[in-house]
Amino acid sequence: MNLTGTIYGINGPIVYLKGNLGFKMSEMVLVGKEKLVGEVIALTKDTTTIQVFEETTGLKPGEEVVATGSAISVTLAPGIIGNIFDGIERPLKEIAKQSGAFISRGVNVDSLDTKKLWDVHITVSEGDKIYGGTIIAETRETRAIVHKSMVPPTVNGTVIKVVPDGQYTINDPLVTIRNDQGEEQELTLTQKWPIRIPRPTTKRYAADRPLVTGQRILDTLFPIAKGGTAAIPGGFGTGKTMTQHQLAKWCDADIIVYIGCGERGNEMTEVLEDFSKLVDPKSGNPLLDRTTLIANTSNMPVAAREASIYTGITLAEYYRDMGYHVAIMADSTSRWAEALRELSGRLEEMPAEEGFPAYLASRLSAFYERAGFMSNLNGTEGSVSIIGAVSPQGGDFSEPVTQNTKRFVRCFWALDKSLAYARHFPAIQWLTSYSEYVSDLTPWYTKNVGSNFIDLRNQLISLLTQESQLNEIVKLIGSDVLPDDQKLVLEIARVVRLGFVQQNAYHPSDTYVPLEKQLKMMETIMHLYEQCKKLIAMNMPMTLLKENDIFEKIISIKYDVANDELDKFNDYKKAIDDFYNHLLETNA
Amino acid sequence: MSIEYLGLSEINGPLIVLEGVQGAAYDEIVELTVEGNKHKLGRIVEIYEDKAVIQVFEGTEEMSLKNTHTKLTGHPMEIALSEDILGRVFSGIGEPIDGLGPIISDVKKDVNGEPLNPYTREYPRNFIKTGISTIDCLTTLIRGQKLPIFSGNGLPHDQLAAQIVRQASLGSDSDEEFAIVFGAMGLKHDVAEFFRRTFEESGASSHVVMFLNLANDPVVERLITPKVALTAAEYLAFEKGMHILVVLTDMTSFAEAMREVSSSKGEIPSRKGYPGYLYSELATIYERAGIIKGSKGSVTQIPILTMPNDDITHPIPDLTGYITEGQIVLERALHQKAIYPPINVLPSLSRLMKDGIGEGYTREDHQDLANQLFSSYARVGDARALASVIGEDELSPIDKKYLQFGTAFENEFISQGLMEDRSIEDTLNLGWKLLAILPREELDRVDTKILDKYYHTSTADETSSSEA
Repeated sequence: MNLTGTIYGINGPIVYLKGNLGFKMSEMVLVGKEKLVGEVIALTKDTTTIQVFEETTGLKPGEEVVATGSAISVTLAPGIIGNIFDGIERPLKEIAKQSGAFISRGVNVDSLDTKKLWDVHITVSEGDKIYGGTIIAETRETRAIVHKSMVPPTVNGTVIKVVPDGQYTINDPLVTIRNDQGEEQELTLTQKWPIRIPRPTTKRYAADRPLVTGQRILDTLFPIAKGGTAAIPGGFGTGKTMTQHQLAKWCDADIIVYIGCGERGNEMTEVLEDFSKLVDPKSGNPLLDRTTLIANTSNMPVAAREASIYTGITLAEYYRDMGYHVAIMADSTSRWAEALRELSGRLEEMPAEEGFPAYLASRLSAFYERAGFMSNLNGTEGSVSIIGAVSPQGGDFSEPVTQNTKRFVRCFWALDKSLAYARHFPAIQWLTSYSEYVSDLTPWYTKNVGSNFIDLRNQLISLLTQESQLNEIVKLIGSDVLPDDQKLVLEIARVVRLGFVQQNAYHPSDTYVPLEKQLKMMETIMHLYEQCKKLIAMNMPMTLLKENDIFEKIISIKYDVANDELDKFNDYKKAIDDFYNHLLETNA
Repeated sequence: MSIEYLGLSEINGPLIVLEGVQGAAYDEIVELTVEGNKHKLGRIVEIYEDKAVIQVFEGTEEMSLKNTHTKLTGHPMEIALSEDILGRVFSGIGEPIDGLGPIISDVKKDVNGEPLNPYTREYPRNFIKTGISTIDCLTTLIRGQKLPIFSGNGLPHDQLAAQIVRQASLGSDSDEEFAIVFGAMGLKHDVAEFFRRTFEESGASSHVVMFLNLANDPVVERLITPKVALTAAEYLAFEKGMHILVVLTDMTSFAEAMREVSSSKGEIPSRKGYPGYLYSELATIYERAGIIKGSKGSVTQIPILTMPNDDITHPIPDLTGYITEGQIVLERALHQKAIYPPINVLPSLSRLMKDGIGEGYTREDHQDLANQLFSSYARVGDARALASVIGEDELSPIDKKYLQFGTAFENEFISQGLMEDRSIEDTLNLGWKLLAILPREELDRVDTKILDKYYHTSTADETSSSEA
């Protein structure tokens, strides 16, 4: 029988029970008359401490708390993709059916639809040996995704009975096995997994292929690998959410898990509306067909906000185990850290820096280490990439969450207020951002995009760095006194900034740019630079060069050349050469 | 049911402790009677078995450990609501203070509200014209948005809020119902009076509900005022189908009140002494704005906060900016140049404007024009910085143009009269007229087609005359 206890004290989302009740750490409990979902977070001889994932208003001392016997888990089965859940995997659509436009407490809903019949194709037959991870059935979950149901990681045995292909719910028994203990066990499309424990894999691969995003500043300057980790820190209004949306829309992962952790309700609505309309350019299906949303907005209970990050990554690992490439957008990890702080404060723990608990760093590292390019138990390969937004207080990157995150991620895309103020988007500051994946990915780029890709990338970075150094001088004495070759650096760097680094998310051909076009754009800009350098070397003044509109023309390539018109770049090369020859003829 | 407990075991600032309580619930409201004739309300903020910690809204003055009777009400903080609240004035905890008697209604709502399900929200897209150029063009207000004004002490945020309320309410030519909910936390008497007069003069006072917690009213009451105001707003919007504009001022007083209560509860402080849950508390207020699918009404919020020491990185504006959908930032330097409204457009932002402007909403060139104005005005700052080092005369011709543009932008575009209500057409045309000061190749944020259509065409003659 389930263990029970009675409430002794209540302080916000924290509930205390008196006595040593035999509850387990991380066990899921049902609190009070309304059966609010909670989790055991601390145990002493005298007290059991529980965090409650719903509002505790109206709870009374003396009400009963029931232990469920299992850790806080998620239900894994078809029906996850295209859905929107709260922080503990309760579907918001079903909650809306039960409680209307506002989320009331104690709503009892199944995580996934248990009545829906899925077309199931069984992939094992009688006598097959099966192990943890073996795929037993395939279901078309959405137009884009085939759901591969697996044997839970801890189960091994021999198949003794299977049902024929047909329509089944997620709880119908499909495969009967005799497990290693000699017992008969029925497998369904469903399995449960505790959210705080990583799902097992056999091996971790090196991060050697990029997660292509179609965003020039990311793909070219600061690439992230499949299975990689990246942080996007930025003050409010610098475009964290916008960058996350762009990545969720265009990156070449198979599945996106979008976690809205303590952020705005309207933003989640926007994702939901936009993604059901927008079409994935690669598959032709709506983007929602490859996306699942975890929405725990800032006004929803704080404990569920803390759990939402783990719920999201567990869903991602499950799909990785099927052999998919999954990307997680966590917006924002700072809200999660603040949830930790809030709960820690209620528990009266000793605070470390700025009131955050001392275990902030270890929690962050444990989360980011769940990313990776893995060989799964069933032999397939899949990856989980984590892209976490960080909202530093006051936009100050020296605060604990940004600093600790920086230690555990390998890409750092720093958003800059002054770029955002000038409406230069994406407002990723090229001087302070970095990617540790560049060298890991160089062979891939060389082989698949162009042998000069990385070289050109380095030239671009160097131009931008030179520009910032020159700007220091310009700030003191004005640009007129610079020698012409330095004026040229400034001019070309301007072309790089406006024509390459800056990207317009609302322009149909600029919102996503394939790698081939990124390469061509770089080649064209550097060709212009080379030709101009020659002219300057012949003592032609920069003012003369600037009389021509070639610079503006190159800047607007991003709008004027659509992604499928790459042969147009020859015209630009010719235009640059014409400009060069023209100047040579008239002024030599 | 109604057991009365006599006496208390502890009084500490706004908090009292009552022992031996039976059946008290977390967050429940209690009624207190002091010396048999003074009534106060309190809220249970912590319980340990039979010991309840109660926060008293009206302050603990005159209370002793012996003279207080406590009665449990069995429910969280509730207010009675009906359409009769329009035109009325209430205290910070929702009690009528205009002498017109209580609101009689069967509808009682928990002021804590419940989170709006993101699934049932409708994404806001309808532009609200305020008649103020900087807001309409650069930080467009959208129906269902929460757009705060970040201000400082002594800046004209009240005038600006009043102007928005006046022009947004009267500018609408549709027959949809419109009302204003005004929540004041720790407001000076004169300021409250200013708003009351403004509403009266604009003939809107029959559509206004005011919840006033003035500067000399109890501090703890402030914690509940925005919640009471928003509960009224949600009721009018989602049950009566009205479009509600909520003005909350001053959110800084609200946060200060929270810090005060938190420290008397002995909680562990996070940044600058504010409690760790400041973000969550602010969010439960700001997130109560929006539109619900299938419902006619909407709640639009304009919270006002004064940045302590004009510091935008202070926790209150900082956390607010992370929750709200943009911000309108007032700047002292502009105010000192006698520019009204002194909106610093660069840090100002409306996150929802992208979907509520452009063809079909305002005009096709709106987004491009706004981007260009932001970008060009950012360049003005660089040119000014340079001029302060090397002197204006030494600037390159293009930097001089930027200086000229900057001055014109501040004096003609940002600056406008307290009563001036500009149409969106006028505002956009004015923007193009100012951009004409700059040479065409400097306008790198505008699509070539838009540039061909709007640059110079309507403005050529004015430009040449202003340059002459």
